[in-house]
Amino acid sequence: MAETKRSWISEITKGFVKENPVLRLILGTCPTLAVTTSVENGIGMGIAATFVLIGSNVAISALRKFIPDKVRIPAYITIIAGFVTVVQLLLKAFVPSLDKALGIFIPLIVVNCIILARAEMFANKNPVGASALDGLGMGIGFTSALIVMGAIREAIGNGTILGYPLPVIQSGGMIEPILILILPPGGFFVFGILVATAQRLSEGIDRRAVARGLKKARLAPAGNAPTAEDCAACGLGCASSVVAEASASPADDPKPAADAASPEGGEDR
Amino acid sequence: MKALLVILLTSILVDNFVLSKFLGICPFLGVSKNLNTAMGMSVAVIFVMLLSTAITWPIHTFVLVPLGVGFLVTLVFILSIAALVQFVETILKKAMPPLYKALGIYLPLITTNCAVLGVTILNIDQKYDFLQSMFNSLGVGVGFMLALFLFAGVRSRVDKADVPKFLKGLPITLIAASLVSLSFFGFKGMIEKLFG
Repeated sequence: MAETKRSWISEITKGFVKENPVLRLILGTCPTLAVTTSVENGIGMGIAATFVLIGSNVAISALRKFIPDKVRIPAYITIIAGFVTVVQLLLKAFVPSLDKALGIFIPLIVVNCIILARAEMFANKNPVGASALDGLGMGIGFTSALIVMGAIREAIGNGTILGYPLPVIQSGGMIEPILILILPPGGFFVFGILVATAQRLSEGIDRRAVARGLKKARLAPAGNAPTAEDCAACGLGCASSVVAEASASPADDPKPAADAASPEGGEDR
Repeated sequence: MKALLVILLTSILVDNFVLSKFLGICPFLGVSKNLNTAMGMSVAVIFVMLLSTAITWPIHTFVLVPLGVGFLVTLVFILSIAALVQFVETILKKAMPPLYKALGIYLPLITTNCAVLGVTILNIDQKYDFLQSMFNSLGVGVGFMLALFLFAGVRSRVDKADVPKFLKGLPITLIAASLVSLSFFGFKGMIEKLFG
């Protein structure tokens, strides 16, 4: 009992630090960079994505035995797009200001790598409960990364947190707000620093775990977790595997099965 | 004509999709390691953007709006883009093998590239007509290419530089991207100056 309970908790908590989707797995970079000009936008985007994540994880996990393997990616995209449409309509109806602030990035949740990645890596192999928790954990990890990033950018760039002015960072105060941080270049810059920090932190955690001799297995998944350029690696990985496949099979006679599989594999962007 | 030129220049330089709107960051970071892949990827992106705009705009105007189901835009667009890419891939493979060889590997990656879905939805949001939409998509695609090319050049130098250990790998790449993005600020206000 205790065992299952712990694993349930770890299902949620792994998304925070060890497998933080944004800072460790480098998934979903576009919304992360674009909407974090303020904490409020970060929270809104995080909650919207979490809702979609939980919903699609549950639906995909419940349907995992019925969806034929060959058409699974289109099926996942359809399910995810359905949930995104729900979120879009809800936001439009109840928080129109947020809908305006997030703009195009709400419909673009459909192509957020995090959601498809969780569907492909977790929900289609695990039962409904675990998938829901995984969605929740990943969603919280995503949201917390957005909040941290939004807080840094809003505080230093605009001198406010959640719209409340900070006494220290004010024009004419001790420190001038550095406007560039809420502009696009600042997004790239803050994200770079945060990724570096997260890498350092999780390296520290691994080293300590090893030093204690505790949970040696822990190092393995952490080492496995792509540290940098995962999105890139995934894209390039797909590309190179397709190249390999193309060069392996002579031009006119490719195996249809492999052919059908390869484009689908590549769609997880 | 002037309006079309404004749209084109705005989407290439001022509102560059990658560097100021943050769309298509994944391929931007992923394939900017060398110029050849950057070339293949961006040509494929331009191609798919134009084609998907040519398909999604009529779908929206002549099917979704008359039926009163405009809210299904996201769902319908992503599925039509996915189907379109698959279709184009099959046709290219049969009809134009050299082109397929050059672009083929990038096509599947593009399906869920957020820049492609982004541009089709933005065209609808901005209420562009068909020609304006096509020009906007062309501009966005060319802007993507420009950003990718510039960044590939920057990156090849960053890779050779002696970077602090803390920033090695992705972080320094992002910081370099930040500087490239800063340089695009130079284009702000250009449109007003040129076209009043």
